[in-house]
Amino acid sequence: MILDGKVPSGPLEQKWENHVHDSRLINPANKRKFRIIVVGTGLAGASAAASLGELGFNVDVFCYQDSSRRAHSIAAQGGINAAKNYRNDGDSVFRLFHDTIKGGDFRAREANVYRLAQLSGNIIDQCVAQGVPFARDYAGYLDTRSFGGALVQRTFYARGQTGQQLLLGAYQALSRQIRDGKVQVHTRTEMVDLVLVQGEAKGIIVRDMVSGGLSAHAGDCVVLATGGYSNVYYLSTNAKGCNVTAAFRAYKKGALFANPCYTQIHPTCIPASGHYQSKLTLMSESLRNDGRIWAPGGKGDKRPPSEIPDAERDYYLERKYPTYGNLAPRDIASRAAKEACDEGRGVGATGRGVYLDFAESIQRLGKAAIEERYGNLFEMYERITGEDGYSTPMRIYPAPHYTMGGLWVDYNLQSNLPGLFVIGEANFSDHGANRLGASALMQGLADGYFVLPNTIGTYLAGTSPGAVQKDRDEFQAGMAEAGDRVARLLSINGRKTVDDFHRELGHIMWEDVGMARSEESLKRALAEIPKLRSEFWESVKVPGEAADFNQELEKALRLADFLEFGELLALDALHRDESCGGHFRVEHQTEEGEALRHDDKFSFVAAWEYKGNGKAPEMHREPLTFENVKLAVRSYK
Amino acid sequence: MNLTLFVWRQKNAKEKGRMERYEAHDVDPDMSFLEMLDVVNQDLIHNGKEPIAFDHDCREGICGTCSLTVNGIPHGEQKRTTVCQLHMRHFKDGDSIYIEPFRARAFPVVKDLVVDRQALDTVIQSGGYVSVSTGEAQDGNTLLIPRHDAEYSMDAAECIGCGACVAACPNGSAMLFVGAKVASLAQLPQGKVEAAQRVCVMTETMLDQGFGNCSNHYECEAACPKGISVKFIAKLNREYLKSLKE
Ligand SMILES: Cc1cc2nc3c(=O)[nH]c(=O)nc-3n(C[C@H](O)[C@H](O)[C@H](O)COP(=O)(O)OP(=O)(O)OC[C@H]3O[C@@H](n4cnc5c(N)ncnc54)[C@H](O)[C@@H]3O)c2cc1C
Ligand code: FES
Repeated sequence: MILDGKVPSGPLEQKWENHVHDSRLINPANKRKFRIIVVGTGLAGASAAASLGELGFNVDVFCYQDSSRRAHSIAAQGGINAAKNYRNDGDSVFRLFHDTIKGGDFRAREANVYRLAQLSGNIIDQCVAQGVPFARDYAGYLDTRSFGGALVQRTFYARGQTGQQLLLGAYQALSRQIRDGKVQVHTRTEMVDLVLVQGEAKGIIVRDMVSGGLSAHAGDCVVLATGGYSNVYYLSTNAKGCNVTAAFRAYKKGALFANPCYTQIHPTCIPASGHYQSKLTLMSESLRNDGRIWAPGGKGDKRPPSEIPDAERDYYLERKYPTYGNLAPRDIASRAAKEACDEGRGVGATGRGVYLDFAESIQRLGKAAIEERYGNLFEMYERITGEDGYSTPMRIYPAPHYTMGGLWVDYNLQSNLPGLFVIGEANFSDHGANRLGASALMQGLADGYFVLPNTIGTYLAGTSPGAVQKDRDEFQAGMAEAGDRVARLLSINGRKTVDDFHRELGHIMWEDVGMARSEESLKRALAEIPKLRSEFWESVKVPGEAADFNQELEKALRLADFLEFGELLALDALHRDESCGGHFRVEHQTEEGEALRHDDKFSFVAAWEYKGNGKAPEMHREPLTFENVKLAVRSYK
Repeated sequence: MNLTLFVWRQKNAKEKGRMERYEAHDVDPDMSFLEMLDVVNQDLIHNGKEPIAFDHDCREGICGTCSLTVNGIPHGEQKRTTVCQLHMRHFKDGDSIYIEPFRARAFPVVKDLVVDRQALDTVIQSGGYVSVSTGEAQDGNTLLIPRHDAEYSMDAAECIGCGACVAACPNGSAMLFVGAKVASLAQLPQGKVEAAQRVCVMTETMLDQGFGNCSNHYECEAACPKGISVKFIAKLNREYLKSLKE
């Protein structure tokens, strides 16, 4: 099947405006007859639920945390992009659009990205109006900084807690709708399945995480805003609860999963310290502005860094990429670190780390200057490692961080299943094969505040509100199936814990489907993952009861889906026989080790359709055409 | 190192809880406190026992989910640190550690170390926002905000909503939490319009939810993992007084 992204016709600059104009509207008096289900309260879900409530719809919103304010968006540090051009430094909607398309290595849909750039300024305005305390200059104007290699200063920020402040803005807007009775919030409630009625998304099955009870919720449509799937790697910078379940359950009900192999690895994370490691912590990339990255030149060099003379150090990024040096893009810097460690030149107790050294900057600028720039990061580093980054080099290692792939959506953010909308990191739409820094927050909020509220009406206007109620068989069947899955997990009572299995899956994914992939490694993963999955279903040990607060059961339900999803990710990676953005196939690289795209063969979105248990999924294509940008080869030499 | 843990176990909100003793062996100083509990839990599971329930998510000190009282102090003794960021190198071999949930009248226990902090959300829902709808905003730079005001607002807005302030307070007061929100919004021009109404309704809701009053113990500031200052309680009181005049 060739997929139609339903991109409106007309010139790029006018597509969105024309489309909004052509969209169907619902009479305000009728809006209150509709009930919309929103799963997720991160930037995407909270902004959507609040905005839909303001429009007059009834909204039920769900999250697995104990409060909607705790969604993983809260952890974003760096900032949010917007093409305001307040700096008069040459920024424009077109430039932000162009940077995002190019950064995504020409694997995103032009029209969506252009709309994102167009809406970026409105996001800042909306957040300011909500009281988000963005950084200001002394005259009281909004301050911006440069981020992620962009040549213009378009990143707005609130100290190192931009995600937190934006999320609190959306959470507060949501709180106002809750008070007004337009939105009902269901915390500690996890979606375990999607319900289709005559092929359209009309509800969900959820598990109350306190009582363990399963229940059904019916609505006129369903919005998934459930975030990314980096935790398929077990260790990632995501929160512990982040999962693929909602998206994967939708996939198993017929929604297409697009480009699962597009994952992003962040180069400057704090390395794991032992087998008990439960998650990884990111440190802002800005550290690379003043830190020099190196590894010992020789293998197995166990000397402390201070005893390794300069001549025996390998400043490998400076050596390989003389122009960009330590500022080489995320994927290049990440791969180079892993290569050094694979060669036996890694540092720290585990040998999985390289140095990020500030000695020279401190000598040049003084410790005070470095402290002023990065003091909070040095503090965080010391809290976690117990080491002082000023007197001894920091140790860093790459970690899975963001996933560009997700459920396939058209220009309206609707999946191929009518009535199922997907927003935020959970969809695939705007970042192509690689996301630029400070663009995820922008996308989540554009989707939730501005896009979805303007596109959802067209679908709803064609339905009669409240037509589907939860007494239908489809809901009963969904509940029974979820109940069976829970019962089966609890009955196995095997030898290994959920964490044991998740670590093993993570190991396979990281080693064979990580930042450098080959046909051989992917085939190995495709053989190993199903084996691990059968072992899981034979010998996992999930203690406790179904009708109880049971955290092991929660983890087991999520891992069961990751164990299937990991295979899909590897399959997509095997199929995409080219390198692009975060997807690096060792077979396809330039002499300098840069990703080599094959536009003639792979300039399309790969969207996978579930064909049934044990059957190979079928791939559908959405061809990508570029009318407004010229395809070019990235070079950071 | 080896540690002895005394952990609060409670089946659910209705049943009574009790402290139970566990031995934690070979604890690595580089582990986080929660990773130490993970390892204890893995042992419990392998031995056919029920693991200890505790709340956590980001494990990097920003989501406000983790909520343990360690040796009587919410988030433990280390200053400005959530318990998920507390590392075992701050303990020594042979230590006994007492681990309890956040204790407060407004935070009923859900299970073991997990509490229900819905009351904090209810306070925000009553008025902790600027009443602006999507689409109404004007250009962000038409509103000039002196840097000092933006920074003051941000100092208050850093609150992660964990509730340690409530758990640390002998009165179970949420005035640091409420003060931080009131102050952060009242300092900004966008928030001024509704300031009087906001502080009234939030204060009322706070009392309705079972939180006590401030009697200047300052335990809240000492326990706050973000170091939110008690000056925001003073600001809350001032804003409240001002609202009475209106
Ligand atoms: C450490 C870190 C730093 C980052 N820094 C930046 C940055 O500086 N700039 C930037 O632009 N981006 C940054 N990102 C990326 C960005 O934060 C995320 O991509 C973005 O916040 C995702 O938002 P979201 O709303 O799509 O999902 P999330 O915020 O992940 O929210 C998901 C929601 O779905 C709910 N949910 C999930 N599954 C279920 C289920 N089965 N049932 C019920 N509810 C469910 C969760 O409870 C949650 O409410 C960073 C990411 C990380 C990890
Ligand atoms: S788990 Fe998020 S603050 Fe501790």
